[in-house]
Amino acid sequence: MAIFEKARGLDSVNLMEVCGTHTMSICKSGIREMLPEHINLISGPGCPVCVSPKSYIDKAIAFSRLPDVILATFGDMLKVPGSNSSLAEERANGSNVKVVYSCLDAVDIAEKAPDKKVIFLGIGFETTSPTVAASIVYAHKKKLKNFFVYSGHKIIPPAMKMLVADNDINIHGFICPAHVSAIIGTLPYKAINIPCVIAGFEPLDILQGILMLVEQLASGETKVENQYKRIVKDHGNKKALDLLKDVFKVEDSDWRGIGVLPKSGMKLSKRYSMFDAEEEFHLPKIKTMPDKGCICGSILKGIKKPSECALFAKKCTPEKPQGACMVSSEGTCAAYYKYRR
Amino acid sequence: MHELIKDLFIKNLDNPYLHNLGDAALIERNLAYTTDSFVINPIFFPGGDIGKLSICGTVNDLAVSGAKPKYISCGMIVEEGFDYKDLEKITLSIKATCKVSGVYIVAGDFKVVEKGAVDKIFINTSGVGKIYTDARLSSNRIKPGDKIIISGTMGDHAAAVLIAREELKFKSKIFSDCAPLNGLIASIISKDIKFMRDPTRGGLATTLNEIAMQCGYNMSIDEKNVPVKENVRVLCEILGLNPLYMANEGKVMLIVSESSASKILSRMKKHPLGRNSRIIGEVGKRKDKKVYLKTKIGGTRIVDMLTGEQLPRIC
Amino acid sequence: MCLAIPMKIKKIEGNRAIVSSGSVERRIAIDFLTNSKIGDYVMVHAGFAIEKLDPKQAEETLEILRRI
Repeated sequence: MAIFEKARGLDSVNLMEVCGTHTMSICKSGIREMLPEHINLISGPGCPVCVSPKSYIDKAIAFSRLPDVILATFGDMLKVPGSNSSLAEERANGSNVKVVYSCLDAVDIAEKAPDKKVIFLGIGFETTSPTVAASIVYAHKKKLKNFFVYSGHKIIPPAMKMLVADNDINIHGFICPAHVSAIIGTLPYKAINIPCVIAGFEPLDILQGILMLVEQLASGETKVENQYKRIVKDHGNKKALDLLKDVFKVEDSDWRGIGVLPKSGMKLSKRYSMFDAEEEFHLPKIKTMPDKGCICGSILKGIKKPSECALFAKKCTPEKPQGACMVSSEGTCAAYYKYRR
Repeated sequence: MHELIKDLFIKNLDNPYLHNLGDAALIERNLAYTTDSFVINPIFFPGGDIGKLSICGTVNDLAVSGAKPKYISCGMIVEEGFDYKDLEKITLSIKATCKVSGVYIVAGDFKVVEKGAVDKIFINTSGVGKIYTDARLSSNRIKPGDKIIISGTMGDHAAAVLIAREELKFKSKIFSDCAPLNGLIASIISKDIKFMRDPTRGGLATTLNEIAMQCGYNMSIDEKNVPVKENVRVLCEILGLNPLYMANEGKVMLIVSESSASKILSRMKKHPLGRNSRIIGEVGKRKDKKVYLKTKIGGTRIVDMLTGEQLPRIC
Repeated sequence: MCLAIPMKIKKIEGNRAIVSSGSVERRIAIDFLTNSKIGDYVMVHAGFAIEKLDPKQAEETLEILRRI
């Protein structure tokens, strides 16, 4: 295979992908087993559910317990464990928790139930945050007073920059997220200064992306390349980016297992603060329990593999997850548990 | 769920008839007896309703246990205020399904409870059937090299119900495959069939894992041989679901001897419910009780049991 | 992250469109698109079209992938 040929002269190569869907696709199709031994594919913090801090889940649970609240969320969040419970457990105990496919559906629920307060959990990177921004604008146009968003949205390039600067990991190239790039374009990756290739999700897309990275490394080049040209344009999606600028403001954000990264999260801007759940509802102080024995942080950074965690497949399983890497179906640990044991 | 069954029910109620935990219990010399409860929401969905499902579910449990289903009991619990027209529709559906499968409702019960005590209507059916003299079904007979056959496309029922629930706001012409399998099974039953199960809750993947645990060998299936309707595949891609884990209500999975596989397959294809039958894999030599899937691009991965419910996701 | 699949625009109603893939259909928002028309293929994520699929680029990529 071409990858074998091009990689022949290279030392150990560490390539990181930062997109949960890439993690899944790689595991599902067994790509790792097809590559030469010295090319390591590391799974980075690509799963927005996994990097949401436990305190976010605890607060979401607290919101769901408020009277007359309908908590609307993407299905991904339902089973994530907080300090004492999960949204799935709260639903079983009588809280009104609804799974929606789109933030617009949450707006719809708010419109149809004016006596209830709908709080939507805004989780996701740059592919999803514009959809939430557009929904908020729509709610604003409809003059809704009972729709709120609890934003946990994050931005990926600051995390990538931090990972490159980290001396414990040694990343030689990034497989960049496909649909995040459809929104942000190729420019934000230039500042990272290591070989980057934006690749689609099909196994063959990923293989081609890996080939392009290996070719860059073999020739000593460093550039941002786009394998996903059928969707991703250099300038990204202007309408989506403008909406993000209008509805959200960038702030420092806490990434589970990594810590606080500057300018890596999104909060509702002043103009739309009336839709901000944190401004509207004042919850009592919540004590978040620290993770015991969970090494999700090192796993998210790609420093350790799930098999190196003492809890993996023993105390921590998809049925009884101890940390978000196991609960989210595209978390590194969940993917490993399903596909590589 | 498996743990609860083991730690509470088996622990306290085990006996030789229950011990095998098959789809039906084999009692007396040649009778099979089974029970199931139906709580599906929504109660009406494309391709069926809770009435049809309650008959098919029990008929199929008997059929895959190698029995000819004959006598069914039916108990209904409905909440106060339940629409009479809906109850009539469901009853007529039960009537039609009994006719098609050749079974009789010989005992019944009907209770009304206060609003909210049940979700609209819950139905329990039990059934009895005579085991075919040719049936030799046992996981002990499963050996390496045996072939795995399924009778058609995977995931139709779960996909149809998901769309019918409407919360995700998708529209599609996907119909539940809900159907009685006793006719198909009667046309192929022979001692060449070593084991049968209908892949309902948890889908094909869960059923394969259960059988692997029982017989002790590993199973290998080829992804490109597992038939999935295009619409079901698309819906799964959009929602991040896996058809291998989605429930079916009109499909049977068989483990047969290698030499008899093509003969059984062609006989299945002659039956209307078996037109899309395929050999999807085989029983392996390894005693690791795992299920391996050869992917479309040639990689291999382990397919685990379903843990909890599959949820739609955006990531 | 970001499950998104290509779907075809069947009908446009202002900022909303009916898209389909096979017989699976949904009403989605097309706020992020410019100049969309019936027959366009768009990537759908969380109820929104996030980008149009460029058929020429898609064909070129398919050709490269076929050769791998």
